[in-house]
Formats: sequence, structure tokens, C-alpha cells
Amino acid sequence: MGAKEPLRISGTVPSGIEVPVVATREHCRDPEPPPGEYPFTRGIFADGFRGRVWTMRQYSGFGTAEESNQRYRFLLEQGQTGLSVALDLPTQCGLDPVDEMARPEIGKVGVSLSSLAEMELLFEGIDLARISTSFTINGSAAMIYAMYVACADKRGIARERLTGTIQNDILKEYVARGTWIFPVRPSMRLTADSILFANDATPRFNPISIAGAHMRDAGCTAAEEMAYTLANGLAYVEELERRGGDVNRFARRLSFFFYVHMDLFEEVAKFRAGRRIWARLLRERYGVDDAKAQMFRFGVVCGGSSLTAAQPYNNIVRVAIENLAAVMGGAQSIFTCAYDEAFQIPTEASAEIALRTQQIVAYESGVARSVDPLGGSWYVESLTDRMEEKILGLMGEVDAYGGAVKAVEDGWLQMRVARRALRRKRDIDALELPVVGVNCFRRPDQAAAPGEVFHLDPQASARVLEKYREVLARRDQAAAARALERLEQAAQKDRENLMPYLVDCCHAYATVGEMVARLKRHWGEFQEPVRL
Amino acid sequence: MLAGAQPPAPLRGKKILVAKPGLDGHDAGAKVIALALRDAGAEVIYTGLRKSPDYIARVAVDEDVDAVGLSILSGSHHELLEQVAGRLRALGAGEIAIFVGGTIPAQDREALRALGAREVFTSDMPLAAVIEALAKGLA
Repeated sequence: MGAKEPLRISGTVPSGIEVPVVATREHCRDPEPPPGEYPFTRGIFADGFRGRVWTMRQYSGFGTAEESNQRYRFLLEQGQTGLSVALDLPTQCGLDPVDEMARPEIGKVGVSLSSLAEMELLFEGIDLARISTSFTINGSAAMIYAMYVACADKRGIARERLTGTIQNDILKEYVARGTWIFPVRPSMRLTADSILFANDATPRFNPISIAGAHMRDAGCTAAEEMAYTLANGLAYVEELERRGGDVNRFARRLSFFFYVHMDLFEEVAKFRAGRRIWARLLRERYGVDDAKAQMFRFGVVCGGSSLTAAQPYNNIVRVAIENLAAVMGGAQSIFTCAYDEAFQIPTEASAEIALRTQQIVAYESGVARSVDPLGGSWYVESLTDRMEEKILGLMGEVDAYGGAVKAVEDGWLQMRVARRALRRKRDIDALELPVVGVNCFRRPDQAAAPGEVFHLDPQASARVLEKYREVLARRDQAAAARALERLEQAAQKDRENLMPYLVDCCHAYATVGEMVARLKRHWGEFQEPVRL
Repeated sequence: MLAGAQPPAPLRGKKILVAKPGLDGHDAGAKVIALALRDAGAEVIYTGLRKSPDYIARVAVDEDVDAVGLSILSGSHHELLEQVAGRLRALGAGEIAIFVGGTIPAQDREALRALGAREVFTSDMPLAAVIEALAKGLA
């Protein structure tokens, strides 16, 4: 399909909602309450970004802790306001670097963090009391969070001063991202334990970020992304209540995480609808009356699978548009992908452009001046209502199946997402979804990658292994063994919260692999239901 | 498609193993390909996540497949392809075609071919092109 063929503008947003050529008052319901008021359709804060600009948080991390530490210091010097730690796959899957499956992947997609010793190096010279840190970790989230707490303890920083987020959303891992370790139900316990522990020990820390992003990137529509994420959110609420949590309290610390793709108004409507649905569900279904606990707080990634390897500089424009959608949708934290992220770890130069994009949107574009600037637009208000209906319909299907936990245990949700991904791919192939440079407006020489390429140091993996062995040799073996033994015993009692035991293990320099192995003994491993 | 028309089945009679080696958990691409190959007439086996090169090679041999498709998005494509190809040869099944798909930088393609990949696919290729290349490679 060549560039000469005129493309038509579709009348349907990708979630499958037909929109009018002209929206009018007739398409809208009554005006929404102002921002900061239930059900928060227009935003959770009355003063929007005037009170505080969103957190600009770029995801990075690779190789050894020292190398990542240098990149973090660079980003902080450039004006970044929070850190986001990418961890390598062995750490995410709870395997130590010496494991045979781990070896080819050490330090590849993030930093290797096998014990507290590595974390101490990772945050060398960075003030944990001042910087908020986000860890993209799920299967082994409780261990990494325990390590962060132990790291603060070691430096004499009071736990309650820690701010940041662990993703800790295991349900979506079974659907899209794949770093599960244990079966679904014990994983839910571990997640609930870390949230309940955090409520007391680190009250300013977000112990979970319930994520739709990866399901979206796997192929879901915007409406499906929001629906499945909210369904997962409800499953955590149920588990937390089952483990004795007070919903008015723990719901204050639940936060969410999404992708922003290219349909600008659909994205804004998705977030507006999400805020409204969550607040209503918490109030109507769980009797939550605390306004802070009803608030739907979320961070986003701009980029992901909406970026293309073809004509990579086009991605800078895509990310800027998505960044606008995130701001007008009222995100609390934004990560903008680098233009080369579709095919490699970003270089320092591409990572800088991504951060500059946010700064331009924040301080030059003016979109952050007035809260919910699209509120009252007949188009956006009516699209918000349509998205809400669509999302509630999809949530009803998950409910009808038996809820999110059963849906992922059986592989039902995985199958739905895979089929949707196939449909999306076929739509792109058929030019139903135009992607510039991929299925239209191509040019023959576009496959060439841009000049600078990031190269991972080939010796990084050897250094990780060497340091791992040093830590094992240096630690107090008896203390590590005792801490691991107590963890294993606690795992056998359902009423015990496992977090204090994990923190003790970290203090004793027990490794992530050792902690995970002890829990696997009792819980086993997730057996993936492969349904296509 | 016209009512009553038979869908084209260029891969009829072929048995293909779609595999996820290593720890990478991004399986959307692997599942899309598995479903598309099935629609194109192939008999498809999908391993699920986190399989070792040895496991993948053994399944390929036990199931007597015509091809193995490796889906890798973690950047470990060199190591994992080398290991799977090595295990297949060790099991006397070096003739089984290997295809690689995923986040593969353009400059790595030649190296992967040299390690034994018959073809390298990325997510921006149309499914029809992937199927055509497979049909040709397995003819």
C-alpha cells in the first residue's frame, strides 16, 4: 500500500465505539462535578497540576548496579524527579544469576539485583529520603521491596520517609508480562502481605501499581485495558479484605498504571471513565467513604507498542501526542519512551529527548494550566460515557466468568487477549488501523537504524556473577540460614504476614533466589495453562 | 472472504513448534503467530513461557516437527538461538528449520542467519509475509 493511496479517517475509535461527525449537547449527560469531588471524573485534585506537576519518571537500568547508578545520577542531574528501576529477567523471575536459565539474561533488560549488597551499590550517593523510586517488579516484588526497606534501615533512614512504588501486580503477569513465579493464590497472599505491611511501615510508599499497560501492549484495546485492570483491582480488594485489611485505609495506597497509545481523545476518555468507575465501585460495592481511598491515582507510559522500528524518529512525535493525552487525562506520573525503544535499550541521547518532551509539554505547551481542559467538550464527555459503558460491559464478562483470579488461573483471560492481539495485527495488515511507516507512507530505505546504538558491556554478566559469589562468601552464613528458615516456617501459617521475615532475610544478605526457593517448596510454581 | 470460499492454507501438512526460550515473558507475538499459522493450515504446538533450549529441542524431536519458531524479545537472541540450534544438532535433528521472531535489531539479522536461523521476523511484518516466507522455507 503506497503513500499515494488516500487514506480515509475512520469514524470508529479503536475500542470499537462509533463517534459522531459532530458531537452536540444532545450526546451528553449532566455536567460532571468539579475536579477533586466524587466521582472524580474531572480529576482527583481540585488544583490539577498547579499544585504539583506530575512526576517525570524515566524507566532505566541495565547491567551491573554501578552502571545503572551512573545512569540514575545523570538523569537526576538533568532534572528528572523520580527514579524508575528496570530489573533484569533473572531478578524478576526470582532466579539468582548462577541459575542455568538466568545466565543468558543477566543484566539484559535491566539491572541484576540479587541481594542487599547490590541495592546498596545501586543507590550509592542517592538520597532515599528525597527521591521517589519505582521498581518494575512483580513475581519477586515482595523480596525487592523488603530489600529497599532493609537498604533504608542500613542507612539510618526512617522507613516512613520512603516514597516510591513497586509494581507488585501479579495478576496481569499471568496475562501479559509473564514474570510469574508461584501459583495464583499464594501470589495473591504475598501481594496482600506487602500492601498491608506497607500501610504501616512505609505509609508514603505505593505498594502496588495495578497495571493495564502490559495487557494493552499485548493487544488489548483501551477499553479492555481499563476493564481488565479494574477487574484485577477488585480482586486485590477482595484478597486484602480476606486478610483483614480495612478497605478505607488500604485503598488509599492502591495505584494504577496504563499505556497511552495514539488515539488522543479515546485515551483521555479512558482515564476519565476509569476514575469515575473506580470511585463508584469502591463506594457502592465496598462502602468506602474516605475520599482519598476512592481516588483513582495512576501513572502512564507513553510509547510501547505504538512505537515502530520503521522510521524511528516518527516516534518522537507519537510520544509527544501521547504525552498530551496523559496530561489532559490527569496522570500523576508519566514515563515517555525513547524513540529507539522499539528495538533497543535507549541511548543517553534518546533518553534525554524523551525527558525533554515532557518538559516541553509541561512548561511550554500550556496544557497543564487548567485542570481537565477537555471537560465540558461535547465530544470528550460523550466519549467518556461510551467508554464507561464499554468498560463496565467487559468487567461484567470477567465477573460472569467467576472473577479475575479464576479467569487467569484457567487461562481464559490470556486466551481472550491473544485473540484480540491477532485481530489487532490483522487490522494493521489490512490498513484498518493506519500506522505511518509500517502499513502506509513507507519508503524503501526506512529500515536503516539511526546512527547511535547502545551497546551493553559484554563483561557485565561476568562481573555480576563475580560479585554475587563475593557476597555469598562474605556474609554471615548462619544468620542467612536462620532468616531463611524462619521465612519458610512463616509461609506455612496463612495468618502470618511474610514481609518482616523477608526484610530479615535481606538484612542477612540472603539472595532473591534463596528466598523464592524457600517459598516454592511450599507453594510450588505456576503451571501455565496454554490455551490458544 | 467470499461465502463458501476455502481459506488459503499454504501451511497445510506442516507441523510447527512455536517456542519461548529463556525468561522473556512477552508472549503476545508468539501467540499471534501460533494462531495465524494454525489459520494457515499448520499443526501448531505452543510451548508456553520460560522453556530451556534443551526442552525445546526435545519437544521438536519428539513431535517430529518441520520447523521451530523461537520468539525472543529480551535481547538474548544470539545466545538462545545458538543453544537451541546446538541441542537440535546434538539430538541429530539439525535438519529442523529454525525461524526467529521478536525484537531483533536489523544489524543482528545476518549474525542470526549465520547461527542457523532460516528467516528472522519482526512485529511490523504483515502476517501474510511471515506465512509466505515459512511456506517457501519449508517447501
